[in-house]
Amino acid sequence: MPAQINTAKPKFEIKMGPSTREAFGRTVVELGRENKDVVVVDADLSKSTMTTYFAKEFPDRFFSCGIAEANMVGVGAGLAMVGKIPFIASFSVFVMNKGFEQMRIGAAYGRSNLKVVGTHSGITIGEDGPSQMSIEEISLACSLAGFVVMAPADENAAKALVRAAAAYNGPVFIRCGRPKAPVVYGTDQKFEIGKSIELAAGGDITLIANGLLVAQALLAADLLEAEGVSARVIDMHTVKPLDRDAIARAAAETGAIVVAEEHLVDGGLGVRVAQAVAESNPCVMEFVGIHDRYAESGNPDEMLEKYGLAARDIAAAARKALARKR
Amino acid sequence: MLESYFHMAKSIPELQGIAKRVRRDIVEMITAAKSGHPGGSLSAVEIVVELYFNHMRIDPAKPKWVDRDRFILSKGHAAPVLYSVMAERGYADAPKDKLNTLRQFGSVFQGHPDMRFIPSLEASTGSLGQGLSLGLGMALGSRLDARPSRFFVMLGDGEIQEGQIWEAAMAAPFHKVDNLVAIVDYNRIQLDGFVSDIMEVAPVAAKWREFAWHTVEIDGHDFAAIEAALAEAAATKGRPTCIVAHTIKGKGVSFMENNPKFHGVAPTQDECKLALQELN
Repeated sequence: MPAQINTAKPKFEIKMGPSTREAFGRTVVELGRENKDVVVVDADLSKSTMTTYFAKEFPDRFFSCGIAEANMVGVGAGLAMVGKIPFIASFSVFVMNKGFEQMRIGAAYGRSNLKVVGTHSGITIGEDGPSQMSIEEISLACSLAGFVVMAPADENAAKALVRAAAAYNGPVFIRCGRPKAPVVYGTDQKFEIGKSIELAAGGDITLIANGLLVAQALLAADLLEAEGVSARVIDMHTVKPLDRDAIARAAAETGAIVVAEEHLVDGGLGVRVAQAVAESNPCVMEFVGIHDRYAESGNPDEMLEKYGLAARDIAAAARKALARKR
Repeated sequence: MLESYFHMAKSIPELQGIAKRVRRDIVEMITAAKSGHPGGSLSAVEIVVELYFNHMRIDPAKPKWVDRDRFILSKGHAAPVLYSVMAERGYADAPKDKLNTLRQFGSVFQGHPDMRFIPSLEASTGSLGQGLSLGLGMALGSRLDARPSRFFVMLGDGEIQEGQIWEAAMAAPFHKVDNLVAIVDYNRIQLDGFVSDIMEVAPVAAKWREFAWHTVEIDGHDFAAIEAALAEAAATKGRPTCIVAHTIKGKGVSFMENNPKFHGVAPTQDECKLALQELN
């Protein structure tokens, strides 16, 4: 089945919508209303992960674990093993780093139906600084055998992918963010696990992004268009399983790919796309991401600019790739 | 309740007979495998036998019966005792005639319990410290559905050095689960030596009491005491029970008893012969 193609607007304009964590919090309540087996486990961050909505409406199905992420993951896995559909939530940096081994044994190796939601991902959480920022969790999540790993770009993407996660039987990690997210999708957009979305058609180069950097990639495509470069933009909302067909097509048809992610370039979306490219139609590639360092306190826009994740950085990487292609 | 379920109600001599067969299985399996953990398997025999043959509401013919009781061997390295007991109890996916394939390529009897190979297992374990959290999650989910199931998690005394155990120990009484029972196999030896030399865990019962568990201390080789403790746990409402079972590492084989060497070393053929003579 081909990727769904939206007719791109002449120019992408940033219009802020709710954060993806807000979308998660609202959606898990809806899921709770639809299915009594949906339960939530949290580790003293429900007001930040937005599971507080669920806790208010379904206090009996909300399990507080206190500040103890390892136990939270195990409790979630146990709930799944008796037939529940548990969503466990914390900041990405805490659930993934402190609960990794528990996810490995309880959810990946044990193949339980656990849904892990990490919020406050990337460096756009802003003022709290690097101890709260997660720049490694896509790499870690992808190294859990059997996990589905997703990073929604906006509210509608998050709503749809949280629903898809609940409907899917198996362990899932969803990466959500703290700040308001630029609107990329209408409410009618359909999402499917493992099926990327082509947001703009283009033949000269492909920009692949996910999460908050999808909006930046769309802005970058407009910058490039002004220079006469036709850039294809793909939202790779599912990092695992990867949409290898879309990647192989992009590599063959455009001959150059830039991958942009709010994550360390070591082990994230970029290297996974590169692997798929190497195995299909090798082409020139450039990688926009965080390079072997930690960020700092500051607002989201300041973070994107300073750490090289803004539209202009993606456009610059594209120019570099195009120069190598020629 | 499942129609084919019935309480086994074994007599203590019958249970002791099963325990002796299980001990022989353990020694033979680990000898054949040339690796494994005899000491902590032998210390847990009576508890696991009592649970599977006398206490838990289970039906080996219907291992996925939704209202069954469940046992989690959090100290997964004691897999041989669980394999032998499940085989004795008649679980089709733990065939008795294959016990001696333990740890061999292609065997369902993996080095540590693995549900991919034996679906009747309730958890894949082996990385210490995690079983109590799993049991708590199961207990919470089961209570939500008002099911009668009870959940038994066996912990090693060395294992309770893991921090996650205490995260779960704090959480279980907070959530007032009374369908969860932790059983500490307090055999006083871990891989590197005596627990008191590696990282003292005493006073064990006092710790669980302080964490608000109903706590019972017993001789973990005394079937009557185990039965009584499990009955007391079942009668305890509003909080979980911890059974601190004082046991002897390597119990039943004189040269393995209280010998740290046999935490994780297989007996030789000669040692196996000697052990089986003692277990006759």
